[in-house]
Amino acid sequence: MTGKVIEEARPRPGVATRPMTARSRYRLVERLIPILMITPSIIAIAVFVYGFIGWTTVVSVSRWQGIVPDLSFAGFRNYAALLTSYRFQSDIRNTIVFTVFFLIGSLSIGLLLAVLLDSKVRGESFFRTVYLFPMALSFVVTGTVWQWLFTPGAPGQPTGLNLLFEQIGLPVFQTWSTVSHVWPGGGWKPEWLRVPFGVPLAMIPVIIAAIWQMSGFTMAMYLAGLRAIPDELREAARVDGASEWQVFRWITFPLLQPVTLSAVIVLGHISLKIFDLIMTQTGGGPGFATDVPGIFMYETTFKSNKYAEGAAVAIVMLLMVSVLIVPYLIWRLRTETER
Amino acid sequence: MTSTGREYSREMTRREMLRRFLALGLALPGGTALLAACAGGQQPTPTTAAPTQPPAGQASPTAPTTGQAEDKLEIFSWWTNPGEADGLKALFDLFSQRRPGVEIINATVAGGAGTNAKAVLVTRMQGGNPPDSFQVHAGQELIGTWVVAGKMEPINDLFEQEGWNKVMPKTLLDQISHEGKFYSVPVNIHRSNMLWYNKRVFEANNLQPPKTVDEFYQVAEKLKSAGVTPLSVGGKDKFEVPHLFESVLLAVFGPEDYPKLFGDPGMWESDARIQEAIDMLDQFLSYANEDRAALSWADAAQRVIDGSAAMTIMGDWAYGYFINKGAQPGQVFGWVPAPGTDGSFLWLSDSFGLPIGAPHRNNAIEWLKVCGSREGQDAFNPKKGSIPARTDADKSKYDEYLRYSIERFAQDKLAPSVVHGAAANEAYMTEYNNALNVFSASRDKDQLKGMLIDAAKELK
Repeated sequence: MTGKVIEEARPRPGVATRPMTARSRYRLVERLIPILMITPSIIAIAVFVYGFIGWTTVVSVSRWQGIVPDLSFAGFRNYAALLTSYRFQSDIRNTIVFTVFFLIGSLSIGLLLAVLLDSKVRGESFFRTVYLFPMALSFVVTGTVWQWLFTPGAPGQPTGLNLLFEQIGLPVFQTWSTVSHVWPGGGWKPEWLRVPFGVPLAMIPVIIAAIWQMSGFTMAMYLAGLRAIPDELREAARVDGASEWQVFRWITFPLLQPVTLSAVIVLGHISLKIFDLIMTQTGGGPGFATDVPGIFMYETTFKSNKYAEGAAVAIVMLLMVSVLIVPYLIWRLRTETER
Repeated sequence: MTSTGREYSREMTRREMLRRFLALGLALPGGTALLAACAGGQQPTPTTAAPTQPPAGQASPTAPTTGQAEDKLEIFSWWTNPGEADGLKALFDLFSQRRPGVEIINATVAGGAGTNAKAVLVTRMQGGNPPDSFQVHAGQELIGTWVVAGKMEPINDLFEQEGWNKVMPKTLLDQISHEGKFYSVPVNIHRSNMLWYNKRVFEANNLQPPKTVDEFYQVAEKLKSAGVTPLSVGGKDKFEVPHLFESVLLAVFGPEDYPKLFGDPGMWESDARIQEAIDMLDQFLSYANEDRAALSWADAAQRVIDGSAAMTIMGDWAYGYFINKGAQPGQVFGWVPAPGTDGSFLWLSDSFGLPIGAPHRNNAIEWLKVCGSREGQDAFNPKKGSIPARTDADKSKYDEYLRYSIERFAQDKLAPSVVHGAAANEAYMTEYNNALNVFSASRDKDQLKGMLIDAAKELK
């Protein structure tokens, strides 16, 4: 570096500018073109993504709690109000519960379906389409249909699933979608926690609907992963005397790890930002037992016109997703640069 | 990517890449701060634009037209359902008779009982692009949101000139005005505190519709032992239980003290009658269906005409629902005021106002005149299934229930509905609704009281 600077700084009598050779001009153009190509998208993303994130952050620490903008600095009082509110605590609990069970459900069912399909069944492509199809539906459709299915009706006049249970003679009457009970509930909890900790029963129908919709997609990812594993590896294990279970446990499963990670990222960011499914299936009720930050953000901002508080919810959501995404991005960056 | 690009990234070490990544991270907050500063600088634009409009106090809304041609009128509402859309069209027809050649832009935003429309409206008003007139619940929803923000023109001159302050009830006028000024013309009146019951179920069990709260409990007990759900309550649209509670509050506090609850936030903590109201709501819900979170108000009303439930407490739009379902008033279903609220009329009203900076102000004023006129209200309300805010309606145009309601409106003590925007601002309404929806599922009375006290902090 230093040598080059000195060389350039040295006066060159008789030559004002160094004549550009064809080769160096080519190299310059070669370097400029990619930069020019990505500049518009960089600017657009800087403004429309990061710019608005910054703007939302500014609003979230302001006093803008009405239709007239008031950007005077309010400190972190909006965040403090959120963290102590019944509804937001409920939202955080629900998001954690939903994400955990949705991930476990989708991954295990997706993997199971993929392994079954990979065992060279007849009509594989037909089944693949059948399992993948729910993903083609909108969450709005899924939410509406599953809401009908889980509407319990009255004892003696069951509807939806309860009608099915009655028809096949099962003495079950589920009322999950209409109670705000949290299982196990009760027990010790810290003073600042206003909601019982556990699994809200009303969340179960929502989780089932989400798994129904997304497990086919997970299956497709796993199936692609399975097909990428060379047959030789498994064959070699079999030759060494491994049982089919051992082949799966010690050969296939470890090699599927990158697929699992990608699936966790894709499904995780869906579940942390879920809005449409829950909005149509339960509307966040009963009594916020299925409410999530997305619905809270929408209602606070656009129904109550409390912009600062709504912006604070949006930032908390962003942070939640970042916790999932940023380590993944860093990991990707590392593996790519190491390669 | 070009071959050089690939080469480039191969050359880059991991350390360098991370450093660039970090640099980007550091550069971003700076960039966003700059952006925020730009946006902040742009903020005052709508407010600085306001003074160029006629200042509210000086220019009388009824000042003679300046002669400039206004060929358009944009009316913003969420009236998209059959009935209400027909009523709106009847108003448009009347306007067109008065101002032929003016093109009417019917800017409706469907869905969410007005929620979507309100969100769109806020965006338009903040962007300095108001419609000429917009639908808004009369009372605190208009005042707390738009009037205190300085976005509306007072229209006292219109009220005087058109004689509305003589034909509308004085209590109503007091409840919709702010510091002695009117900001919107009420087009219709709905009643919130109504109990609808299945006549056949009542006759089969030899019962009379309840008038007082005690009678309601007795009737409910008998219905319960007869195997009928006494009270059908919805909850899916998240306003049904809050709606029930406002009738309970009215029964406990009476029409004199009930409105004070929304002017004096301290009452929610200090007044012992709050506990009484909470206990009463709890008892009402003990007679109600458990699956309410899955039902809309209409599903709940359907159970009443089906006969699996006996009663529902809902606003008088339920009447329109029953009629649409082919149920005969007086044979299949009947109505009385909600228990303990006879003689009180819990009102809500749709109205139209004059936003500052309305692009076609003269037409907007003519539109408000149509909305407030006797012929306008008599054209709109029979179709919408509501009653006029004027007390001089042509009763022959209205059907049985509406005639009853017109009579009650003229005689009863009026109190504003909180769930439907008449009594309190939107921020309070949201908190109040949240508290009652949590209670509907949890039935935790102490928690409800705490949340109602918290909600009262929004009352300013």
